[in-house]
Amino acid sequence: MTLALFITILMTVAAAATPLLIAALGELVVEKSGVLNLGVEGMMLIGAVTGFAVASVTGVPAVGAIAAMGAGALAALIFAALTLSLMANQVATGLALTIFGTGVSALLGAPYVGITTTPLGPVFPDALAADPIWRILFGHSPLVYVGLLLTLGVWWFLKHSRPGLILRAVGESDSAAHSIGYPVLKIRYVAVLFGGAMAGLGGCYYSLVLTPMWAERLTAGRGWIAIALVVFASWRPGRVLAGAYLFGAVITLELQAKAAGLNFFAPELLASLPYLATVLVLAIISAGRRGAGTAAPACLGQPFRASA
Amino acid sequence: MAFVLEPRREPSRAMMLAAPVIAVGLTLVVGALLFTLLGHNGALAVYEIFVRPLFNPYRWQDLLVKAAPLAIIATGLAIGFRANVWNIGAEGQYILGGLAGTGIALATLDLDGGWVLPLMVVAGVVGGMAWAAVPAFLKTRMNVNEILSSLMLNYVAIQLLYYLMRGPWKDPMGFNFPQTAMFSAAQTLPVAVPGTLIHLGIPIAAALALTAWFLIARSITGFQIRVVGLAPRAARYGGFRQSSTVWLALMVGGGMAGLAGILEASGPFGQMVPQFPTGYGYTAIIVAFLGRLNPLGILLAALVLALTYVGGESAQTALGLPSAAAGVFQAMMLFFLLATDILVRYRLAWRRPAAGHPLPAAGQGATKTRAEAATA
Repeated sequence: MTLALFITILMTVAAAATPLLIAALGELVVEKSGVLNLGVEGMMLIGAVTGFAVASVTGVPAVGAIAAMGAGALAALIFAALTLSLMANQVATGLALTIFGTGVSALLGAPYVGITTTPLGPVFPDALAADPIWRILFGHSPLVYVGLLLTLGVWWFLKHSRPGLILRAVGESDSAAHSIGYPVLKIRYVAVLFGGAMAGLGGCYYSLVLTPMWAERLTAGRGWIAIALVVFASWRPGRVLAGAYLFGAVITLELQAKAAGLNFFAPELLASLPYLATVLVLAIISAGRRGAGTAAPACLGQPFRASA
Repeated sequence: MAFVLEPRREPSRAMMLAAPVIAVGLTLVVGALLFTLLGHNGALAVYEIFVRPLFNPYRWQDLLVKAAPLAIIATGLAIGFRANVWNIGAEGQYILGGLAGTGIALATLDLDGGWVLPLMVVAGVVGGMAWAAVPAFLKTRMNVNEILSSLMLNYVAIQLLYYLMRGPWKDPMGFNFPQTAMFSAAQTLPVAVPGTLIHLGIPIAAALALTAWFLIARSITGFQIRVVGLAPRAARYGGFRQSSTVWLALMVGGGMAGLAGILEASGPFGQMVPQFPTGYGYTAIIVAFLGRLNPLGILLAALVLALTYVGGESAQTALGLPSAAAGVFQAMMLFFLLATDILVRYRLAWRRPAAGHPLPAAGQGATKTRAEAATA
């Protein structure tokens, strides 16, 4: 294998991993606060279409990415209002959000199907970004670096900051956190909105970097894989990073096998790989954890109401 | 003075029944506003989707045809949802049911006899069950979350369908189109009312819902499912094993989805094509909730959701509304139902909010029960 091919493969792995990483880190924070939002796929789609539309209209992809975060957070606000203020079932509301996001994104994106826009370009000078060797460090889309920094940031926030400690307390024991005076619902609102913004950002990676164009159901179930990653990672940011890059490698395998014209496997089997790998990894992880108790936050998925 | 939520002494039965009606009403109003904001004629879109098909007798048949698979799948799913088993893989189980039945059909193309179609139907049910057995096995043996595993298999099922259509099952006389041969007369679902679109699947859907209603209300198994969902700990003390509930829920859900699949393949489609999955497996989740997880309610809800399919199609041709519009309306219905549901357990009161300080007396600081989480 030549060095150039090796570098290309590593770049592809990072590219495939990044949207999963960003969306999963957002969901990790949400779940750490005790809320299970299964609407990641829907929020990613809304982010993807918003990012693309705004980038096309303004001509500035970075503005598109910021708009994608806003749109993701707005979608998450629907979820937060229903599950936190109105105590709706979180599983059902998350499913509804995914169905809603799928429909709304298709509706909003209809005028943008089949056109392209300027992709989110590299951040480093061309001398580094285009260099055959150094591009492995400097040639990525800005969101790849955002993903890595976000991992560090979320890890530090949850492990070493006071607000992070409070957020974890809310997720582990909402009534205890409430009784010592922490605003449980407010904290959960913020966490859910953050999760939505990250899902939106991860989603726009598909429409502004990877393809870069818009098509219905562009994210193809990656939002669900992001949720699985959080379980897979036992709610730890470092392991989310490892898991996302592992899945990036699986997806790259699919792309490379296709590009190399490998006809030994049916293309449909290759396309199924990320989903089969998710199930397999979940099975291995969950089986290994049996008996040792689960690492999930204790209040995950349960509604909370403070009585006056 | 402000609106505050006060807990009711017991859940309101009236609100229980009113919530879906309110949700549909709100969907119409807010949907019209939303589509106006998106640059369409919102009121006209709502009229075209929800009202006009009702005045066209030909559309009534279409409505029943679309409602049948939704009702069958949702009836199966509701049994799982009651037991807190979240099978969201009905779309994949529906595809596998269709594929399994198609496999029999392709093997018996030249044969004739009354046994062919029943065998296809049995294969369809078994196919759906087999696909649902994977999350059931993973859940009971390895504690894998069934939401994620069942959903992942939907994507795999679609790829399997594409593979079979592109390769092994492609009609050799089909001008290279990725689809199977047409089913023979013996393999096609007969119509129930001659001269109409109303096939045998429609009375089957109604009969299944009635049977399920009776079983849930009257049988020990139905009781077990309700108890496991409402009070898992009590169920364990009562000797109901959780793993058997998971298996039951997924087998019923998968079997019903598979049945819906083969009925669609042998009925309206008459062959297997790559366009076979139309999202019924996802929409059925909304049907189950809108029908309050009650098989009789599900029959009504299936008609309402079928209306979004039928109306969505006609709005597409009449107004140029994208096909995704139906999905938006469907999701809004579930959103509003979940929002309205709070009025089942709480009442809205117009009063001065209690001088709230987040430091309540010990022991009554927060109320949160598993039952509350389960009854949503």
